[in-house]
Amino acid sequence: MGPLSIVSEFPEWLNLLIAFFIGIGFGFALEQAGFSSSRRLAGMFYGYDTTVLKVFFTAAIVALAGSQLLSFFGLLNLKLVFVNPYYANSAILGGIIMGAGFIMGGYCPGTGISAMSIGKIDAMVFLLGGMLGAFLFMETYPLIQSIAMENYKGNMRIDEWLGVSPGVFTLLLIIAAVAMFWIAELAEKKFSRPDITSDI
Amino acid sequence: MNKSKYMNPYLAGVLLGLVLLAAMFLSGRGLGASGGIKDTVVAVVGAVDRQHAMNTPYYSKYYQNGEHPLKNWLTLEIFGMVLGGFISGALAHRLKFKIEKSPKISNRKRLLFAFLGGLFFVYGAQLARGCTSGAALSGMAVLSVAGFVTMVAIFGSAYMFAWFFRKLWI
Repeated sequence: MGPLSIVSEFPEWLNLLIAFFIGIGFGFALEQAGFSSSRRLAGMFYGYDTTVLKVFFTAAIVALAGSQLLSFFGLLNLKLVFVNPYYANSAILGGIIMGAGFIMGGYCPGTGISAMSIGKIDAMVFLLGGMLGAFLFMETYPLIQSIAMENYKGNMRIDEWLGVSPGVFTLLLIIAAVAMFWIAELAEKKFSRPDITSDI
Repeated sequence: MNKSKYMNPYLAGVLLGLVLLAAMFLSGRGLGASGGIKDTVVAVVGAVDRQHAMNTPYYSKYYQNGEHPLKNWLTLEIFGMVLGGFISGALAHRLKFKIEKSPKISNRKRLLFAFLGGLFFVYGAQLARGCTSGAALSGMAVLSVAGFVTMVAIFGSAYMFAWFFRKLWI
C-alpha cells in the first residue's frame, strides 16, 4: 500500500533515487509535449496553440482519477499524501505575479527547466531571472511575511468545500475539461497562426 | 511526409499525469520546480555568505539540521528533469543552442523579458508556495483549494496581461 516510501519507511537514499527517476519522467513528458518551446506555451494566451490546456488538464485528471481509484481499492492512503495548505491571499497574489511572469518570459519554472535541457538560451536567462526572484523573495520576506501568512484556511479541499464527494467532483472536472478541450480546438482554428506554429 | 514534431497533447497529458501519480504513490507528494530553484539560491547564498544565511530567518531553517540544502527530494527531481528533457530532445533531434523568439523582436528584447519573466514568476511562486507544477497541477490532483485557486490566478492573470505583451509573441 502507498505511499510506498512512507508506509514501508524507505531509507532516504531510496526516496532520493525515486525523486531522480520521477524527474526523468517529468522532464521527458514536458519536452515531448512541446513545453520546451516558449512560443508554443505563449500560444495559449493568444489562441493559436492550446497545448498547455490540453496537457495540463489531462494530466491533472489522470493523477486525480488514478489516485482516487488507488485509494478506493485500498492501494494508496491519501491521508499520507501531501495536500497543499491554502493561504488565500498569497495564493491569489502570488498567482497574479506568476501570470505576469508567464506572459513576459514565456515559461513557467518547470517548462523553463525543460527548455534549458535542450539548449534554449532564453530559458537559461529565464531561470537566472528566477534565481534572482527567489533571492529577492527571501531577502524581502520580513516585509511581506504578513501577506504570506494572511487568510490561512488549512489544508482545505475543494470537494469538501463544495460539499460533494471526491468522485463526483472528479466527474465534474472531467466534464469541464472536455468542454474546455472543445473550445480550445475551435480557438486554434479561429486564431490559427501558421507562420508561428510551423516555426515551433 | 508531414512529421509531427511533438507528442499528441492528450497523450503527453496522460504521460505527465502518470508521472505525477507515480510521485504520489511512491513518495506521497506531487511534482515541483520553483522550489528547486529556491534551494539552489539557498545553497549559493550559504556558500557565499554563511553568516548571512544563518542570520536570515528564511535561509537559516535550511542550515539548522546540518544537511546540505541541495540534498532533498526536489533537487534530485530537478536533476532528473534536466536528464529527461535532454533524452527527449535527443530522441526528437531538438538539441540546439538557440534563442527562441518572434522574428519581430530582437534577441536583446527577448532575453530581457525572459529574465524579467523568470524574476516575476519565481517571486510569485515563493509567495504562493508553489508554481504551475507544485501548486497548480499537483495541488489539483489532491483536490486542494490552493491548487485550483493558484491555477485560476496564474492563467487569469496571464490572459489579463497578454494584451500588453502581445508584441513579444504575435
